Amino acid sequence: MSSASAFASGSARAKAPTLLGPLDDRAVTDLVCAPLLRPAGLRWWVAFLVCTVGLIATLAGIYKLFSAGVGIWGINTSVVWGYAIANYVWWIGIGNAGTLISSLLVLTRQDWRASISRFAEAMTLFAVSIAGLFPILHLGRPLYFYWLAPYPASMQVWPQWRSALVWDFWAITSYLIFSIIFWYVGVLPDFATVRDRSSGAWRKVYGLLALGWRGSARHWRHYRRLQITLAALATPLVCSVHSIVGLDFAASLMPGWREPIFPPYFVVGAMYSGFAVVVMLSIVISRGLGLQQLITARHFEAMAKVMLMSSVVMGLSYASEWFAAWYGGNRADRALLVYEFTGAYWKLYIAMLTCNIVAPQLLWFPVMRASVPVLVGVSIGILVGMWLERILIIWNTLSYSFLPSMDRIFFPTVWDWLFLFGPMFVFAWMFLLFCRVAPVVPMHDVRELLHREGAR
Amino acid sequence: MREAKEPAFVAEFRSPSDLIAAIRHALDQGFRPLDALSPYPVEGLDEALRLPKSTIRWPMLILAVCVAALAYALQYWTAVYAYPIHSGGRPLNSWPIFPLVPFEVGILAAGVAGFAALLTLCGLPRVNHPLFDWDAIERATDDRYFLLVGAPEEASESRRLRTVLEGARAIRVRELSL
Repeated sequence: MSSASAFASGSARAKAPTLLGPLDDRAVTDLVCAPLLRPAGLRWWVAFLVCTVGLIATLAGIYKLFSAGVGIWGINTSVVWGYAIANYVWWIGIGNAGTLISSLLVLTRQDWRASISRFAEAMTLFAVSIAGLFPILHLGRPLYFYWLAPYPASMQVWPQWRSALVWDFWAITSYLIFSIIFWYVGVLPDFATVRDRSSGAWRKVYGLLALGWRGSARHWRHYRRLQITLAALATPLVCSVHSIVGLDFAASLMPGWREPIFPPYFVVGAMYSGFAVVVMLSIVISRGLGLQQLITARHFEAMAKVMLMSSVVMGLSYASEWFAAWYGGNRADRALLVYEFTGAYWKLYIAMLTCNIVAPQLLWFPVMRASVPVLVGVSIGILVGMWLERILIIWNTLSYSFLPSMDRIFFPTVWDWLFLFGPMFVFAWMFLLFCRVAPVVPMHDVRELLHREGAR
Repeated sequence: MREAKEPAFVAEFRSPSDLIAAIRHALDQGFRPLDALSPYPVEGLDEALRLPKSTIRWPMLILAVCVAALAYALQYWTAVYAYPIHSGGRPLNSWPIFPLVPFEVGILAAGVAGFAALLTLCGLPRVNHPLFDWDAIERATDDRYFLLVGAPEEASESRRLRTVLEGARAIRVRELSL
């Protein structure tokens, strides 16, 4: 590690190095481009085939859903929202972390984010694409989803701008397109690097993708300014998107939903589950593509701290929910609070609290933050816990509402499980393809970091 | 650099510090550095080349404001005139909640404008640049740093420029017409 000390962060406290030396410009190029230039290995193909099966199963599920209707799910007359909405919130939450990493951490000058920002952004794109499907899948008549868009219809009707569904439509569409632009601007110079190192037909493909980028100083100056501006714009955008998802619930009059804390609490929850996925992807990518020099202990340490901080904020959010229900004095709110701990889903509620609040406290200890199995276990726990949180927000409120005669329990069907697990394979399928065609680490950002830290 | 073909000297360097030192040296000697190629945005390069600050934020701001205003106008017109819905006594122009959509599409518009402006300002996409005729230029996206200096008209000055660049630790110097 002696050569690595040159790249250690300039902080007074001894920190693990962000990049493990010896590294130079050429080594960065070699490390990042190598997986793109060599044929995919057996492991990749096995994973890809498994995910393809999952993708086909998901498409078959969608076909069944569109032909038979939402009745194939476990939703009933009281619990009208089920897995689809929980999945939607869960996926869009995951989709938030990528942009947060490359916007918030850029603005707060967290150097370590350079190595992980590209695949985190790709994660955002894929997760948001999947999330965007769920509101459409959940529509009774999905073929009319375009009614959300304002257009001069022959019946002269217009969207209801006070509806949370309409806000969702604009938020997700804007966020998805913006994220694609942000991602592409980031990857543009790296496509040029791959172009200059590949041959044959791929050289032409990357040549087109790079748009003729040649690294001119006259271009870089616009580029830098655009990138930092996009980062500054992405921060409020990403917060607004998940806030709007929170408003889907908070703008209603249901106990357990009508809480002003929902928007910020959803944003933190999104960051929380998103970082859990980034941790797992970082482990897979650094080992699978041999990028341990670029994705180091420092990254896991920093991400573990973000998760720890988020878990504390989540704990405070839950506590303030309980406090508000009691302090507000509303009978329906208090009864729901009791139901959460004693009703039909109480075991899941306790599991959710264990996964989201208790287990991550392990990360207070540096030994735990440095242990890959612990990080994976905590991350999986967070993902399960965050999904439970979303489904319980829906189940508790809808199962136990104002009228006792309307109380119903949700029983998931096999189709519910397919729509929960199927999209995970779709996500992995897209991610596997991404690893084969795009540089997973932003080389120009890492070079900049390398030269800055080397100069110290 | 879309103007008429112009001869230029292209020099290759090993490090960003060599590149910046060479720019300063060339300026001191009365030559005019045109541009530089680097695999990452080198700090201080803009100042050394005396490039003005990028104006890319202006189109972003203008389009964002216009699109956001348009979105609010659309909401206002549809909710107040074209298709008014009375919902729980809320005002038809529900201004506290109506900024949500303009905010989202405004930021999206800024992103689109920024990308379009980047392409326009950089003259991209342009996949066939004369610089690419020199194979060595491929390393500009990898680990080498290139300096472009406008070639002087007199042959003696050209020879002096070549000496200046080589003296500034250039690995290779080549004349190209750009």
